[in-house]
This record gives sequence, C-alpha cells and structure tokens, in this order.
Amino acid sequence: MSNTMLMIILGMAIVTYIPRVLPLVTMNGKEMPPKVKAILQNVPYAALGALIFPGILFIQEDIWFGIIGGIAALLVALLTSNIILIVISAIAVLSIYSFLF
Amino acid sequence: MFALTKQKSEFQKGVIAGISIALGYLPVALTFGFIAETTGLTLIETIGMSAFVYAGAAQYMSLSLLAIGTGAIEIIFTTFIINIRHLLMSTAINEKAEKDHPIIKGLYAFGMTDEVFAVTSTKEGRLTSSYILGVALIAYSSWVVNSGIGYIIGTSLPEMLQKSMSIALYALFIALLVPSLKKHRKIVYLALFAGVLNSFLSMVIPSGWSIIIATLASAVLIEFIYSKKNTYLEEVQRTDDKECG
Repeated sequence: MSNTMLMIILGMAIVTYIPRVLPLVTMNGKEMPPKVKAILQNVPYAALGALIFPGILFIQEDIWFGIIGGIAALLVALLTSNIILIVISAIAVLSIYSFLF
Repeated sequence: MFALTKQKSEFQKGVIAGISIALGYLPVALTFGFIAETTGLTLIETIGMSAFVYAGAAQYMSLSLLAIGTGAIEIIFTTFIINIRHLLMSTAINEKAEKDHPIIKGLYAFGMTDEVFAVTSTKEGRLTSSYILGVALIAYSSWVVNSGIGYIIGTSLPEMLQKSMSIALYALFIALLVPSLKKHRKIVYLALFAGVLNSFLSMVIPSGWSIIIATLASAVLIEFIYSKKNTYLEEVQRTDDKECG
C-alpha cells in the first residue's frame, strides 16, 4: 500500500468516525439548532448533484458516453428503485453504444 | 442467565433486520470493488478502505477524486463534509437508544451508516445496544466482503465492459437521488443548483474544493429560500387552526 493511500484511508476513517461517535458519547439529550439541522439534512442531496455534475460528462473522451449513460440511468430509476438494475441498465446501454460507434 | 439469553435474542433480531441492508449493499459494494480496481487501487487498499472508512458515498467520492488526481487533504476534507450529516443521525439515535457504556456506544457508532440509521431509528419500541450491534455487524460484513469480491471479479472483465462500467458510479448516484427527487421538489433544486455551481467552479478551482463549496452553498441557499416559504405556510396554518379551534 502506498503511503499516500494509507494516509487517505486513515484520514477518511478518522473524519468519518468522529461525527458518528461524538453525539453518542458526549451529547446526552442536547438538540442542535434547527437551522443547522436543516442545512445538514440538505447536504447529501446537494453533494450528489455536485458529484454527478460535471464529472459524468468526462468519464470517457467521448462526452456522449456519460450523457447517454446518465439518461439511461435516469429513465430506469424513474421506473424502479432497484439500484443494481439501474446500474446494470446504464452499463448495458453503453456497451451497445460502444459496440455500435 | 436470563439476561444473557435476552441479550442474545436482541442481537439476533438486529441481524435479521440488517439482512435487507446487507442485500442492498451487495451490488453497491461489488461495484465499489470494481471501480476501485479500475481507479488503480490494490486489493488491500480496497478492502482496507471498506473496513476502516465504511462510508459508501465518501468511498465512491474518493475514487472519482483519485481518478482526476485530487490531493489527499481535499479527499479527507470532502469526506468530512459528506459525512458530517452523521452527527445528526447519531444525535437522534443517542436519544432513542438505551444508556450504555461509552465503549459499546463507540463500537456501534462506527457502523452508523445512513442505512443502519434508517433501520434502527424506525424500529418501534425500545432500542437496545445489542440490536444496533446486530444490524451494524451484518451490514458491515456485507460491505467489506463484497468490496473484495467486486475487486476480484472486476479484474477479469473484458475491456469494452470495463469501459461501459465507468458509468456505474454515476448511475449509482442517480439511483440514490431519483427516489427522493420524486418525493420532494426541494431535492431537485438542491441537486441541480449544486451540480450547476460545481460545473462552473470546477473550471476555476480544484474539483475537491469546488464540490465542497457547491454542496454547502446549495444546502444553505435552498434552506434559506425554503425556510422563508415554510415560515409563511406555518403562519397560514396557525391562523387556520385558530379559526377552526
């Protein structure tokens, strides 16, 4: 394992564990301010948006690769909440696309 | 002796409740293992990350940032920003769970993912430490073992399929987002605004920081807009209640 990866894994482990453990061992019956609570609840959805765009456009040199795969995933996700089915459908559509073009 | 038997059954109930999470993690962890391999991680690094970090979204995020050459500090800080939401979940669980020794609470705190939180926080009645440990253990096992299996299976895939599977991470994000998008208009705005802002910001600043700023800006701004709207609605509601009551 490279030193950089070891540092990344340990660092990620520490910063992931701290928010999970702090309230359970230190806060007993204390409440967060409602505004802070609401903003933190928004973070996962906002983060997903930022993680999808613009990254999805650059997964291959051909920009259409990400666009077609993303649209395929979106359409299947509207029909089912089965994550593996959504992922496999997007992969299948792109396999056909890269086979044809 | 009686207490011991009872503790064991609580643990078993937790394991049974956690099976759904273990099943749900199977494809996500397999895909993680596979993408980790295509990103250039070793098998030990892949299993190590799943075993020590144990945070799906952050692990996927780290792979996409590693793939575009982002530095360690930015990856760790982005992980912190993404996972700070667990502060809230652990706070909610802390109020519902039975009192226990800090070591026991510290142990199940490690397993407090979104999914483990969802299952344990919605459980009716009393929430014991043994139950939480049962849910957390089976979910964790599935995540770590399947990350390794995904890595190993992924290596033998044909090149064309590997290329097509580069969409997997983004398809997963879309799959995680869409069910919520359908329920709440607010989530559409949260994701869209962050995505658009990140697209512009990432052209001028490193992508890791761009994601942090876009995420926080969207979370704060959309909350500000919606809290104003809700305050108005609550006032209308209160007036209605008075008239009725």
